[in-house]
Amino acid sequence: MADLVMPVLGADMKAGELVAWLKRPGDRVQKGDVFAEVDTEKAVVEVESMFSGVIERLLLSPGDKVPVGAVMAVVRTEGPEEVAPPSPAVAPPAAAQRRAGPRPTIAPAAAAGRLRVSPVAQKLAEEKGIDLSTVAGTGPGGRVMLRDVEEAATRVVARPAAAAPAPADRALRMRQSIAAAMSRSHREIPHFHVESVIDMSRAIAWLTAENARRPVAERLLYGVLLIKAAALALRKVPEANAVWAGDHVEPKAAVHVGVAIALPGGGLVAPAIHDTDKLSLGELMAKLRDLVQRARAGRLRSSEVSDPTITVTSLGEQGAESVFGLIYPPQVALVGFGRLTERPWVVEGRPELRKVIHASLAADHRALDGYRGSVYLAEVERLLQEPESL
Amino acid sequence: MTTRPARGRKAAGQSHDLDLLRGMLRIRRFEERCSDLYQLGKIRGFLHLYIGEEAVAVGAMQALTPDDNIVSTYREHGHALARGMPPTSLMAELFGKATGCSRGRGGSMHFFDAERRFYGGYAIVGGGLPVAVGLALADKMTGRARVTACFFGDGAVAEGEFHESMNLAKLWDLPVLFLCENNLYAMGTALDVSQSVTDIAFKAQAYGVPSRAVDGMDVLAVEAATKEAAASVRAGGGPQLLELRTYRFRGHSLADPELYRSKEEVERWMERDPIATFTERLRDLELLSDAGLQKLEEGVKGEVEGAVAFAEESPWEPVDDLLKDVTAP
Amino acid sequence: MTYRESIRSALRDALRGDQRVFLMGEDVGRYGGAFAVSRGLLQEFGPDRVRDTPLMESTFLGAGIGAALNGMRPIVEIMTINFSMLAMDQVLNNAATLRYMSGGQLNVPLVVRMATGGGRQMGAQHSHSLEGWYAHIPGISVLAPATVADGRGMLLAALQEPDPVFIMEHATLYPMEGEVDEASGPCDIRKAAVRREGTHVSLITYGACLWKALAAAEQLAKKGIEAEVVDLRVLRPLDSETFLASVAKTRGAVVIEEAWRTGGLAAEVSAQIMENAFDVLDWPVQRVGGAEVPAPFAKQMEDASLPQIEDIVAVVEANLV
Repeated sequence: MADLVMPVLGADMKAGELVAWLKRPGDRVQKGDVFAEVDTEKAVVEVESMFSGVIERLLLSPGDKVPVGAVMAVVRTEGPEEVAPPSPAVAPPAAAQRRAGPRPTIAPAAAAGRLRVSPVAQKLAEEKGIDLSTVAGTGPGGRVMLRDVEEAATRVVARPAAAAPAPADRALRMRQSIAAAMSRSHREIPHFHVESVIDMSRAIAWLTAENARRPVAERLLYGVLLIKAAALALRKVPEANAVWAGDHVEPKAAVHVGVAIALPGGGLVAPAIHDTDKLSLGELMAKLRDLVQRARAGRLRSSEVSDPTITVTSLGEQGAESVFGLIYPPQVALVGFGRLTERPWVVEGRPELRKVIHASLAADHRALDGYRGSVYLAEVERLLQEPESL
Repeated sequence: MTTRPARGRKAAGQSHDLDLLRGMLRIRRFEERCSDLYQLGKIRGFLHLYIGEEAVAVGAMQALTPDDNIVSTYREHGHALARGMPPTSLMAELFGKATGCSRGRGGSMHFFDAERRFYGGYAIVGGGLPVAVGLALADKMTGRARVTACFFGDGAVAEGEFHESMNLAKLWDLPVLFLCENNLYAMGTALDVSQSVTDIAFKAQAYGVPSRAVDGMDVLAVEAATKEAAASVRAGGGPQLLELRTYRFRGHSLADPELYRSKEEVERWMERDPIATFTERLRDLELLSDAGLQKLEEGVKGEVEGAVAFAEESPWEPVDDLLKDVTAP
Repeated sequence: MTYRESIRSALRDALRGDQRVFLMGEDVGRYGGAFAVSRGLLQEFGPDRVRDTPLMESTFLGAGIGAALNGMRPIVEIMTINFSMLAMDQVLNNAATLRYMSGGQLNVPLVVRMATGGGRQMGAQHSHSLEGWYAHIPGISVLAPATVADGRGMLLAALQEPDPVFIMEHATLYPMEGEVDEASGPCDIRKAAVRREGTHVSLITYGACLWKALAAAEQLAKKGIEAEVVDLRVLRPLDSETFLASVAKTRGAVVIEEAWRTGGLAAEVSAQIMENAFDVLDWPVQRVGGAEVPAPFAKQMEDASLPQIEDIVAVVEANLV
């Protein structure tokens, strides 16, 4: 048997449309006989058979458009193959990345009203710690030129240079900022907490099976199930996905879950995964991995830091059984998950060991009450019993 | 015009005839294989087949020595094969492999072989004629008795460079043998739609270049005419032009739906298939048997399949060599 | 001697010294050359070595390619860059491409000389400066001799190159007097030259504009601005190292050429400075080029369409003073 494929009939041809069959199954063809008419977008051309034999099967109908190389028909060849079955056309090795030459560092376009400073003048000002807003520019359009900065250097008392903070300074400043936020949280937000213990056996079993069929690089951690459940549960209690705007609650339409990430060397950040409820588990896993990597490298974007609408903290393997957190203002809720443990559980009146997790909601009593908090956790629990729906 | 071989040819003559036939068969089978490979996506870009015109390349090459220069066009596979360029290196070039005659840099339209003095392979119609004139100029200036054979099509006759080259070659008495393969169509434009005077040989005569028309479907006629013309050119008689009247049985390229000519016309010309008619003649003269023909075919098929295998197995030029040979290292 | 005499001296020495060298072009023989560069050469070397061609730029440049392929060292003279458009196909698709397309088997040691530029009221079809179009093409080199010494040295150097060289001689320079050692040989054809040292601004240019730049530098010096003048000399491949080093020193550049501003070679130089010297610049690179008009005939109009000394001075002052 041999395949008659949609031929390449022009340098640009990517696909062809069958116009008409000129042979039927059972017809004899010689190599070179025309067996079909094809529209190549440039013209209607006759297509010749590459094999001699009998038409066995036609795979397309007139009007079908298929890519070049797709099988159109099958021929039952007689005797030895005239032409050895062709190996698939191998594309040449993809061009390695070529260096396009030294890349310029493009300075952001100067906004209207902003200071115009020549690059070399800017550099000198930074080196000398000179505040450019105190330098009069004498270049065209008031541009600050090198000579202006040089002159200023001899006059103005230099401020301490804003050198890149040493690592120790950075850690200290982070601690200070966390301290400020937590103090404010404690001071301003009337917290209440509700807790539920959730049977995770179905979720874990599902996850195990799911991961077995995924390639290693795409396997999921159970933490993404928790994050997704926390995000989807907000549909039931949308007022938990909100910010406190001074004197009223402002619910947010989009769900951006802030994920608490511990940093090596101390410190905590909780950057957002945007539109968490719309992501598949795979996507969520990838984004989480990326976020953790960048958070630890200090490369978060400002939108990630400022956009969370709710925060999830999960203590993981080393954590305590439950956590009652402090909300990050101006959010109104924080979901906490403790360590996954095995505990006795009652199933149909009989004790069994089940993997369970303690889930807590810390909520702003100005925005929610205990009942709504309970409804939220119940929804989280329900979702985790149907992990395939996450 | 056809020549009749004398009865009772010597063995050498028979061997020569078989060489002619083998040369034409080699081109035919190579081109047919290229057509398949192109349709399968193994050969990319353009493909201009020489099927039907084999008698011209094979016949004309008989008049040339290894020292002579050859300039061709984008429909050059036949000339390259007839010149002796190995099918392996041509097929590899068509595949774009590093072992191709142009190292994969040229493709179907740009075959080059410095050793065999095959100077391309030009994709701009008429673009090779001035280069041929220059090659001949160098030979004349240095007193070398060489011929520069310049193949081009009827389409090139419309380009200014044809007229300029005729003029300059005659004015300076340059040893160029202009070989116009008139297959009646420049892509889809018939000769009589593009030329006020369609007699190409006559045009050359207007520049003082001796010329005549030859039956391009008859390999012996082509051979005889080219030998005669080349001898004159080589002896310092100045340029000559032969208008070889031939026909391509396939379209201009594989994308050509051939809307500009009738099937009947193609079939009429196919009755004068240079390979079929020559084979018949040799059979009639009992210079070729069925077994002999089969042996030729098998031999040619082996060469072609060997070329395909070579091309398949050959490596690609590394991308890191992109900037090599733009200018001297 | 004059620029034209300098080139003629190189032609003469080349024809004498290497039998492979010959000159061909329109009116190079009996007429003595449209710009009198080849006067007397036909008489000295005969019609085989100094060949008058019919008016067929494409074919005689193509024939130059063929002859170069086959062992000769032709010098093709195209009367002006304006007529070279008729030969562009041979330049682009054959001369520049044969080495690469043949996988390195062939090379084309061809030298092509042509007169270029405007400023002589020759009208729109005879005043083009298209050096930038040639400098765009990989596979060839492009030279712009601006001094009498370079007129000789560059031609002799070009004849040693294995690949095509295009020498662009600005027509207004032919009668210019200057210094040259008549016994000198090939000069460098890879590097630009600093013709005047300075510290406040780099004036980067080529061809006839060199002299305008130098004059502008003199005027600027009176105002306390010391301009460095860089003569590019080689338009392809550009000697970036030299002009970048100049800009690193002066921190500002004005690139000057006669060609139309849009997409001119000055844009390439400007982009390279931007890419490689961004942080040392005190002000954005400026360009002075031809106005976006076909060359007018009337004197005041043509003058207004071409870069003048005052234009160069004005641009420097606008940015530095």
